[in-house]
Amino acid sequence: MAAQTRRDFFKTSALLGTAISGISNKQIKAQSKNILSENRMGVLVDTTACIGCRKCEWACKTAHNLPTLPVEEYDDRTVFKKMRRPDDKALTVVNEYQNSTKFPINVKVQCMHCDQPACVSACIVGAFTKKENSSVIWDTNKCIGCRYCMVACPFQIPAFEYEEALKPDIKKCDFCFDLTKKGKIPACVEICPVEAITYGRREDLIKAAREKIKNYPTRYVNHIYGEYEVGGTSWMYISSKDFLQLAFPKLGRDPAPGVSEAIQHGIFAYFVPPIALYALLGGVMWLNKNRKKTESETEI
Amino acid sequence: MENFRSAPIEKKFFTPIVLLLIVLAINGMIFLLGRFLFGIGAVTNLDNQYPWGIWIGIDVAAGVALAAGGFTTAALGHIMYKEQYHAIIRPALLTAMLGYTFVAISVMIDLGRYYYIWHPLIMWNGTSVLFEVGMCVMIYLFVLYIEFLPIVTERFIGRVSFPGFLKKLNRPVDKLLRVLDRTLDKTMFIFIIAGVVLSCLHQSSLGTLMVIAGPKIHPLWQTPILPLLFLLSAISVGLPMVIFESLITSRSFGLKPEINILSNLGNMVGPLLFIYLAFKIGDMVIRKTFVYLTELNSASVLFTLEIMIGIIIPLRMFLSRQVVNSPLGLFTAAFFVIVGVLMNRINYFLVAYTPPYQFQTYFPSFGEISVTVGFIAIEILLFRKMVMIFPIVSLPETGSQKTKYFIRGKSQ
Ligand code: SF4
Ligand code: SF4
Ligand code: SF4
Repeated sequence: MAAQTRRDFFKTSALLGTAISGISNKQIKAQSKNILSENRMGVLVDTTACIGCRKCEWACKTAHNLPTLPVEEYDDRTVFKKMRRPDDKALTVVNEYQNSTKFPINVKVQCMHCDQPACVSACIVGAFTKKENSSVIWDTNKCIGCRYCMVACPFQIPAFEYEEALKPDIKKCDFCFDLTKKGKIPACVEICPVEAITYGRREDLIKAAREKIKNYPTRYVNHIYGEYEVGGTSWMYISSKDFLQLAFPKLGRDPAPGVSEAIQHGIFAYFVPPIALYALLGGVMWLNKNRKKTESETEI
Repeated sequence: MENFRSAPIEKKFFTPIVLLLIVLAINGMIFLLGRFLFGIGAVTNLDNQYPWGIWIGIDVAAGVALAAGGFTTAALGHIMYKEQYHAIIRPALLTAMLGYTFVAISVMIDLGRYYYIWHPLIMWNGTSVLFEVGMCVMIYLFVLYIEFLPIVTERFIGRVSFPGFLKKLNRPVDKLLRVLDRTLDKTMFIFIIAGVVLSCLHQSSLGTLMVIAGPKIHPLWQTPILPLLFLLSAISVGLPMVIFESLITSRSFGLKPEINILSNLGNMVGPLLFIYLAFKIGDMVIRKTFVYLTELNSASVLFTLEIMIGIIIPLRMFLSRQVVNSPLGLFTAAFFVIVGVLMNRINYFLVAYTPPYQFQTYFPSFGEISVTVGFIAIEILLFRKMVMIFPIVSLPETGSQKTKYFIRGKSQ
């Protein structure tokens, strides 16, 4: 009987081992590191140029078939009294902050399209993907509505349709992927009357921003927000005021998913630790059981 | 060692407490219906700042931790092969099975698109901690059902009797049960070990869940060793949970508590709590986060309470011989550990979470609380019903029938 159990045990463990390592190989391939294209696009937002006309809000809604007020209503500046956040009804919003000079500072907010997006790393079913042209987009056919992407995003961007009972969506700026994949420019960039937002190769934009900061050192603080934050973002900002005072989150340079992915890969390195634990426990169990057997035999 | 035999308990099902639980359960289900008819926003206080509330923090995170009795007793009884503990394996197994079933249900009701709950099975994202937790919990739930099957076969072999025209099925079903019983007898060790491995994996990964939230989590809790802390706390709450339940069960059915076994279990809790405490304090010292304890705010107060109530007080109690040998002492000490772990999970998932743009703080709505309470009530009711149907609780007996995981002795 003991021999039987033992043979069974080894047979099944071996089988289980191969099955799991087979799975793990597939998985390692499937999650190949997301390769960032040299030519990925980005947007530079010059908050000193933005006049707070909110035309971008209107254009964004129109481009995404979201209900919107007529464009004239967007001249209403009383909305600036409260800080607003993008949500399921508006993928981008403009906020206003007071300044020591006469002119307030307006800041457009939307998804930053991170180079190492936390949402992509976190999503349980991989509904988010980082596209070659930089867009981070969401796939309605996969999403199960767990809202882990919202927990993960360092900029608090993904929004959930809480009032929707049957098929709630995650809503966020998609970098107008439908337009940009055809080589067109995003709706908000297109409409901006003062060119406060510039669409272009991310590298070129960084150069341009550095140039601006160098040429107008009194106009800008020496910081391109998004150049390095959480490993770099596609949308970047320059401003005349410290970004923390404009309600930008204070973030380090490490990619947001870094630590958690490192832990995950540590625990699951090719499934070796779990299998080793399995083998160890199996061994302990077998030994203890045998010891018990011999004990009871000697008793008799 | 006293001989024991697991048997269905024969008592009245309805008591005043049972009626109260039924009322709570119905109340919860009404709000749950509201969630399905009108959406998550209609019943909960969740919003874009606080995407997760008590359904995740309590029902799922704390639920998983408090169901840890299942794998700790399995490890103790089957893997370390300490036969004296076989008496407590079945109740712990039943709790784990019910607990995890409700964890799965709670995850499901919290999903915006609950009918897609199977998506992770075919849509994999290896970098996602949630994916790993989800998979492990799903497989473990399946393992728990298999581990429970021998109890079902024991109950029904030779006793299958369908009424009326279904009578014809009696024989084949009985045969099926016997085949099942024999197969499980030989293969059960695979599932038992798998259950322990899976538990270690997801208990720790639950702790990794919020690591990706980075600075949103208060530094008192946010540490890279979270998975280890979660695993250690799960292991140290497993046995207190078993003690707690066992004492309540004997009390409510008027049985004599198996104080010998429980005291022995209690003696193991002290060292486990000590290890947990050492890592928790060590982490705080190494990351120098104790500076946050000098500020007086809800985070520092709750962190201190969590350590005092959940670790230090019960640690002291479990080290005292007097406490460990008295049912009341054991009960109180175990209760402290349980409350402590519950607090820890709530703190980590809810209190420590501060979104970068916060317009108002989160407090669970009446509906959310009702659903959570309702689920707990249903779990208790099911536990009561199950121990009356199945041979789970062991009753002292003179005959000697050993209960192993292959339950039916060779003699039969
Ligand atoms: S800002 Fe948030 S939602 Fe946008 S890509 Fe980064 S992590 Fe994802
Ligand atoms: S809510 Fe949807 S997109 Fe967000 S993490 Fe969950 S499955 Fe992924
Ligand atoms: S890029 Fe497109 S989706 Fe994003 S804010 Fe601009 S218009 Fe809206």
